[in-house]
Amino acid sequence: MMPVTYAVTLAHDADFTGWRSAARRLDANHVQPGCVQWRCEGDPQPDFLLPAARPYQELPTGNAARTVPGAFVSLAQKLICHSADDRFTLAYRLFRRLREEPQLLSDAGDDDMHRAHLMAKAVSRDAHKMKAFVRFREVTPDQGADDRPHFVAWFEPDHHIVDATAPFFMRRFAGQSWSILTPERCAHWDGETLSFTPGVPRSQAPDGDPAEDLWRTYFASTFNPARLMVKAMTAEMPKKYWKNLPEAQLIDPLIADAQKRHQAMQDTAPRAPARSTRVRRDHEAGSRAADAPIRSLDDLAAAGRSCTRCPLHCGATQAVPGAGPGDAPLMLVGEQPGDHEDIAGKPFVGPAGDVLNDVLRETGILRDRAFVTNAVKHFKFELRGRRRLHRSPDAGEVAHCQWWLAKELELVRPRVVVALGVTAARALTGQTVTLNAMRGAVHDMADGTQLVVTNHPSALLRQRNAEAARQLRGNMLADLTTARRCLEAAG
Amino acid sequence: MPQKSLQDRLAILADAAKYDASCASSGAGNRNALKDKGIGSTEGMGICHAYAPDGRCISLLKILLTNACIYDCAYCINRVSSNVERAAFTPAEVADLTMAFYRRNYIEGLFLSSGIIRTSDYTMELMLEAVRLLRTEHRFSGYVHLKTIPECSPELMSEAGRLADRLSINVELPTRAGLKQLAPEKDETTIRTAMGHVRSRIEDAKDARRDRTLRRAKPPRFAPGGQSTQMIVGADAASDAEILTTSATLYAGYGLRRVYYSAFSPIPAPSAVLPLKAPPLKREHRLYQADWLHRFYGFEMPEIEAATTGGMLDLDIDPKLAWALRNRHVFPVDVNKADREMLLRIPGIGTTAVKAILKTRRHRSLRLDDLSKMTRALKRALPFLVAADWRPTQMLDAAGLEASLRPPKQMELFDAP
Repeated sequence: MMPVTYAVTLAHDADFTGWRSAARRLDANHVQPGCVQWRCEGDPQPDFLLPAARPYQELPTGNAARTVPGAFVSLAQKLICHSADDRFTLAYRLFRRLREEPQLLSDAGDDDMHRAHLMAKAVSRDAHKMKAFVRFREVTPDQGADDRPHFVAWFEPDHHIVDATAPFFMRRFAGQSWSILTPERCAHWDGETLSFTPGVPRSQAPDGDPAEDLWRTYFASTFNPARLMVKAMTAEMPKKYWKNLPEAQLIDPLIADAQKRHQAMQDTAPRAPARSTRVRRDHEAGSRAADAPIRSLDDLAAAGRSCTRCPLHCGATQAVPGAGPGDAPLMLVGEQPGDHEDIAGKPFVGPAGDVLNDVLRETGILRDRAFVTNAVKHFKFELRGRRRLHRSPDAGEVAHCQWWLAKELELVRPRVVVALGVTAARALTGQTVTLNAMRGAVHDMADGTQLVVTNHPSALLRQRNAEAARQLRGNMLADLTTARRCLEAAG
Repeated sequence: MPQKSLQDRLAILADAAKYDASCASSGAGNRNALKDKGIGSTEGMGICHAYAPDGRCISLLKILLTNACIYDCAYCINRVSSNVERAAFTPAEVADLTMAFYRRNYIEGLFLSSGIIRTSDYTMELMLEAVRLLRTEHRFSGYVHLKTIPECSPELMSEAGRLADRLSINVELPTRAGLKQLAPEKDETTIRTAMGHVRSRIEDAKDARRDRTLRRAKPPRFAPGGQSTQMIVGADAASDAEILTTSATLYAGYGLRRVYYSAFSPIPAPSAVLPLKAPPLKREHRLYQADWLHRFYGFEMPEIEAATTGGMLDLDIDPKLAWALRNRHVFPVDVNKADREMLLRIPGIGTTAVKAILKTRRHRSLRLDDLSKMTRALKRALPFLVAADWRPTQMLDAAGLEASLRPPKQMELFDAP
């Protein structure tokens, strides 16, 4: 027996709601995709040679409300907008197949899915081009009517995308009233409501706008004749769109002229740089200041900005000078600035700074009264993807930077110095020392300053073992307490 | 001297701005004019409204407020010693022009840059005034990209971040040495410090928006489209490897969305200290591809560098293929077994294809016919992959492999200038 064929007539070319309710009923009655004739209102009547079809409404509604993945709904919504005649059939076939093949949606190699994806992509591209290439023209409304300007555009889409794309224009141009006219369907916004009317001929669209001269001026001026790439242009702005783009009439003359303009640029005699500009004079005054003798911490910081003694300056943002009162009795010396310090230009402002502040508070030392600095002033890191990972400076870098640390010591003249970590201890003693050998005692530096060595606060952060981290913190507390006693003893 | 017409000034100030390659109008999140019945929206993806015959998209009205400048940077058409015609817009003219173009759907928004007149702060204040007019007087919610002046005060930078969707500060040249040579009045530390400042403000704003308790109003956004920068390629001696290392440093250090590479192009009023010959445009294209590999394909810059010749990317083949040809020992990669990282290394297989492969192979093993639906560059990929019905036996080790993958000499990727 021949299976019965059913006919579905949809309200318009992109009637997704109509397609969905018909598809549901057909599916509930297990009607095969080959047994459905889909057409839209206004399409020619089906060929009388086709088997006579019965209206699908004759089928019982059925109660099997099927749920499908959201991904299918959005795919079908796009598919329905395509101009291919078999779009409804393909969408319905996928809908049917999904019953037995739940994995279908994630099968990029399936023929139906592949075709559906290509069609959906074509629809998305068409909609994207509509958003790009619609050109509104301002029209003055008739006398007596509301005197706000109205903007009208003419566009010729390849697919049935007006309904789906109009909301974009509504959201973007909410504050002006507009109409987009196309041969098939028109969209209108009056500031309150979005509405649709049947298509119109092009002659109903306005043919010019005073702003178009300015726009063409912009189009011509933003073009660089030295980099002509016509293929790249036409790939994204195919010629079929040109007739509705006011700027496109300039394309051919611009191309024709490009070679000549390019040649003229190459033939122009180069000009020498200005001998002197205000910026250069200020600049030179600035660099003279940087070469001036260093008498204060400010001089030192200014000079440090342009330090290129070692290659670390290449990757870092800035040299991070020490911070604190110029007469601080206590100086804390860390290893080098980290990611946060490099950006802020201040020492110990990142997570290690939080640890330090915390321990200082518990020891009763006021950070504001201490001078805080680092053995190396530029951040050394290695790149891992989009992150900068801390790397310890090597002996050479520490040695190069010692000059700056020595200057800071000379200017601040602290009574007690705390080396946070082994790099600082090495920079301060000039010897290859170990933390274990130095910790727990008070050392005398050559100039009589007392030196206390403890671990670096970030050692706590790196320590995964909670017990070990507690122990490190205990060390720091003990060492900083020692430093505090030294300060008190020194009065 | 009579004031030039708006049209004449537009011609000058658009021409002066066109050497900035940035055109993106994406990443600003969702915002539209429905509620306040204003004009403008941003919906994540940017839109290119037109293309010029140089192949570049026109998405934003890209203009300078003025092309007068107190600086003398050799590569710049607007430098003080150039003899170009000078012009200026008022902030109100910039706002009006933006609205006139935007209302007609010519553009996604405004890209405003400027030569520096009087002081950095004075110039920045004028630029901000234009955007302030757009945002308040015209109730404009479209995209705004501000090219900020690194020397300006932090308060002005903060306001710029509140008003604009994207901020950018140009590093100009890939190395400090290049900057010193061609833009001796600029200071790289100032530039990087400003980028660092923008990064912290963006991070702070994001944290604040994430942390807020339900009752409090949303803290203001700060440059939701992030920050970007531009480097001029071929004006100094920096190699591709140096350029890419600088990019990687900038991405990691300042959380940049994009680094734009602008092949130094002849300008109507060239400076005597510039090289005589412009670099091939293809070099710019290869740099973008390498940049892409770094950002989306998990390539570290040293890996890309190892596939260069003396630090220069191969102009004939893309950097991923160049890498694969020098690392044949890791191939062929089995598309039915390999992890994502390895799939991404196969020439001709992009991120979308990798997604399709991973999705589909959960259900069945992939054959060449499947792959042909996932990529359009299967031919290039064939020597490097294994599928259920495909094994490239001798191809990988064949002496002629490289030659067979190189384009024939007469085929040009770009039209000749």
